[in-house]
Amino acid sequence: MKTRHVPVTPGDVVLLVGTAKGLFVLRAAGRRRRWELGGPYQAGRAVYTAALDTRAGRQRLWAGVASLHWGAVISRSDDWGRTWHEPPEANVRFPAESGLSLKQVWQITPGRADEPDRLFAGVEPAALFESTDAGATWTPVRGLLDHPHRERWQPGGGGLCLHTIVPDATNRERMWIAISTGGVYRTEDGGRSWVARNKGIRAEFLPDQHPEFGQCVHKVVQHPARPDTLYAQNHWGLYRSDDGGDVWHDIARGVPSDFGFGMAIHPRAPDTVYIVPLESDMFRCVPEARLRVYRTRDGGRSWHGLARGLPQRNAYETVLRDALATDGAEPAGVYVGTRSGKVYASRDEGASWTLVADGLPPVLCVRAVIAPGKPRAPRPRRPTRQRTRARRGHSAGRRRRPVPRPVR
Amino acid sequence: MIRVAVRIPAVLAPLAGGQRAVAVDVPAPDGGAVPLVRVLEALWAIHPGVRDRVLTEQGALRPHVNLFVGPESVRFSGGLATSVPDGAEVSILPAVSGGAASAFNQGSDARPAGMQTAQV
Repeated sequence: MKTRHVPVTPGDVVLLVGTAKGLFVLRAAGRRRRWELGGPYQAGRAVYTAALDTRAGRQRLWAGVASLHWGAVISRSDDWGRTWHEPPEANVRFPAESGLSLKQVWQITPGRADEPDRLFAGVEPAALFESTDAGATWTPVRGLLDHPHRERWQPGGGGLCLHTIVPDATNRERMWIAISTGGVYRTEDGGRSWVARNKGIRAEFLPDQHPEFGQCVHKVVQHPARPDTLYAQNHWGLYRSDDGGDVWHDIARGVPSDFGFGMAIHPRAPDTVYIVPLESDMFRCVPEARLRVYRTRDGGRSWHGLARGLPQRNAYETVLRDALATDGAEPAGVYVGTRSGKVYASRDEGASWTLVADGLPPVLCVRAVIAPGKPRAPRPRRPTRQRTRARRGHSAGRRRRPVPRPVR
Repeated sequence: MIRVAVRIPAVLAPLAGGQRAVAVDVPAPDGGAVPLVRVLEALWAIHPGVRDRVLTEQGALRPHVNLFVGPESVRFSGGLATSVPDGAEVSILPAVSGGAASAFNQGSDARPAGMQTAQV
């Protein structure tokens, strides 16, 4: 297995693409015209989650990697994947008295900027782990591990997973998590206690469609500038809450299906959200075999399909819950990874799309990040006259001067 | 004290000081056989990283890892309580099921690899 490394320079946009058989890294200069593919890292192991931590001057990749043989672990790299650090002994482990064993790491989320050594990990079976030493050690958040609802949570198609972590950028004590199937839970005391926050979200697979918990929420997003507003893509249902999850309102107007997995929010516009509707839970492919990303720009009052550059015939594609992402660039980039191993990129907020990787193993997650640091100044262009001469082949600068051989 | 050779799969060798085989000495009161778990504990004492790849944090054999005492899979001979005599060879091997299974069926408990006896 040959691994290809791509050089990442400050200001580059980097896609961390986790697949069923390793992590790939796609990089492009800030204008995002040309993408280079690096990897696979952690080859042969499934990467369900990847993250970049840029706090405290770091440039640290995190990946949740799982081998079906040897178990799951959290791994990190400080050089964009060239070398990985993985402790010999498993760094995420359930306490003996819980009787639980780790199956998968589904989400790694660096904490707030003002707590640079704090990170969170959502795992299967559903639990939240926390590190307060920059990822060196991880401990389960007891308030959720010992939650009285735990015994009633049921695995969804992907397993009983805690797949979404939303720390409140404005309030250290408040945070949301989502479990399939358990629903949304919120803490307001830094993780000591958690309350189910699913009022208004349907559970179509239960006789009582509005239980306190047990919903199959697939993804929740929040814009840091508007911390009380949350959007949720449910297992059937698209929702918005304006009171931190106390009550959810259906916003599925103008979508071909309200079933789906992924959801991503615009980096600067809190009313702009992206989803990829899938036909149904029995046929988890895009409707009409046309791959379309849907976007709302008015907080869910209306949705519009974005299809330019995406396959519109015979596209039996599935986009999983973490395989839809936005970057922080201007204009915002939007990225979609498919279970058939394709990655599409839009550098104009979704208006048009380009295939930037194909033939990868099934894509499980896509994270779009910007390499920290000051971008290098662009190379100065030569004066026009010289460029014209160069095209005609007159420029001495174009010819390579012979390199003198060393005298032996 | 008895001595047992433990064969390590190539992928775990970095966690065992780069070795593909490790000789472990296991206290045996009467010099006879010991349960496999004692052999493994002696191995973990030298190379603790191997433990978490072979067993879950609850001490159960991972479903897609097979252990053999001599040619026999311990799934058919008493599991971690299988008797290991002096001079025996214990092998840790990935089951053939592990690589083939899709990452997507991880939701349901993967079927234990009890029937996998292939020598990889």
